[in-house]
Amino acid sequence: MREEIIVSGRDNPLIDPHLHIWHWQIPLYLFLGGLAAGILFFAGLYTILGKEKSYPTAIRIAPHIVPIVLVIGLLALLLDLKHKLYFWRLYTTIRLESPMSWGAWVLMLVTPLSFIWSAIHIKDIFPRWNWKYQFLFTLEEFFTKYKLVIAWIMTIASVILGVYTGILFSAFNARPLWNTSILGPLFLASGLSAGAATIMLFSKNHAERGMLSRIDIGIIVVELFLIVHMFMGFLASTQVQINAAGLFLGGPYTASFWIFVVILGMIIPVILEILELRKYRIPVLIPAGLVLFGSLMLRFLIAFAGQESRWLY
Amino acid sequence: MRYAMAIDTKKCVGCSDCVVACQTENNVPVGYCRDWVVEVTDGTYPQLEIEIRSERCNQCNNSPCVRCCPTGASHYADGGVVLVTHEKCIGCGACITSCPYDARYSHPEGYVDKCTFCIHRIKQGLEPACVAACPTKCMYFGDLDDPNSPVSEILKVRKYKTLIPEAGTDPQLYFLI
Repeated sequence: MREEIIVSGRDNPLIDPHLHIWHWQIPLYLFLGGLAAGILFFAGLYTILGKEKSYPTAIRIAPHIVPIVLVIGLLALLLDLKHKLYFWRLYTTIRLESPMSWGAWVLMLVTPLSFIWSAIHIKDIFPRWNWKYQFLFTLEEFFTKYKLVIAWIMTIASVILGVYTGILFSAFNARPLWNTSILGPLFLASGLSAGAATIMLFSKNHAERGMLSRIDIGIIVVELFLIVHMFMGFLASTQVQINAAGLFLGGPYTASFWIFVVILGMIIPVILEILELRKYRIPVLIPAGLVLFGSLMLRFLIAFAGQESRWLY
Repeated sequence: MRYAMAIDTKKCVGCSDCVVACQTENNVPVGYCRDWVVEVTDGTYPQLEIEIRSERCNQCNNSPCVRCCPTGASHYADGGVVLVTHEKCIGCGACITSCPYDARYSHPEGYVDKCTFCIHRIKQGLEPACVAACPTKCMYFGDLDDPNSPVSEILKVRKYKTLIPEAGTDPQLYFLI
């Protein structure tokens, strides 16, 4: 038997007995960032593909919530900082090795883009919108002219944003549960799924909803596949990662992960969406709401469980 | 120049003088510590073995905390010592999360704080406070590039280990076994 204890009485706040430095702010932001990435991805992609007619909600309506979502997310990020007044230091340097630096700069690109996208489609929400000042009309005209360019940048930036929400965690080798590169694609898929669900919530167009429903089913299947692979990878890895996976396979997070994320957040929405495609009448709020809930829970559980996982020490 | 520390687990008695010396020297806020003592008990009574280690930041050569810092506040200073520039630190917690040794903490004033190898004392030609205070003289500090420094001398003749080398951080705290 081997026992290691700190005998000098270390009790550093937020560090001991196990790390708990990141609370609700980070997972909430990761969810909102992923959701924003998902919505912008579909808006950009369908614009590039020239499908404005068949996907009006994805392009013209749903992206209006992205600026709100991102601002709430950024506020959460700011609340997480312990040295808040120095936040601007993020923008005095570019650190290619640091995922957080990537995230800060991608947000610097995506947030203004989301506002511009919302502004050039404002008349779809408020038909009698008036910009009042001449330069705003000129700006709107300018951005509308280059809408396709914006769509390209938006699509690429949203993929980086979506992947980064996962890479942020997976770059931490010190927390074995996070130290898997599958978190990048998994969080991207989860964000895309949440984005598709949100567009479905806003969509009044039956054909568009059906198409998004099919896409969502595909993404959720990919997510399930990634989750299985994540655990296979952990169990075939070192002792620290086997222990980390144990948090979800019999450990304290087992019930919440499998019930909230996998069953309620993925399997039930897929069944409901398939039933709806088979012409059963199912209120869209149920599958879409469950997908959003599952996506949020995934972030929270990975964030909290990850901080509990550690090296044998 | 590469500063490093060697700690003799056979001589350490776990008195925690190093912890108190550090808190006093570096004005560490109450309730926090930059170094700590770990006691490892191996075996079943009466066949027990004990190892006592005084631990702190490992001043790694390949520091995950420096890599993940988004503002460049965490950096390598002279001799490979990892330091935090307070005015650049935004308190995001990335470095705290990235450290497999949990050697960093968030200072009540907002920035992230950790062991500095008492770089301010080294510059004056003194030893780090923990080394100077140790009553059993179980700690050795110095420059690994200098073959005559106390740490180089002791590492030549004693067996040693580092903590979690498999984390790939190349730690510079050597524990004599």
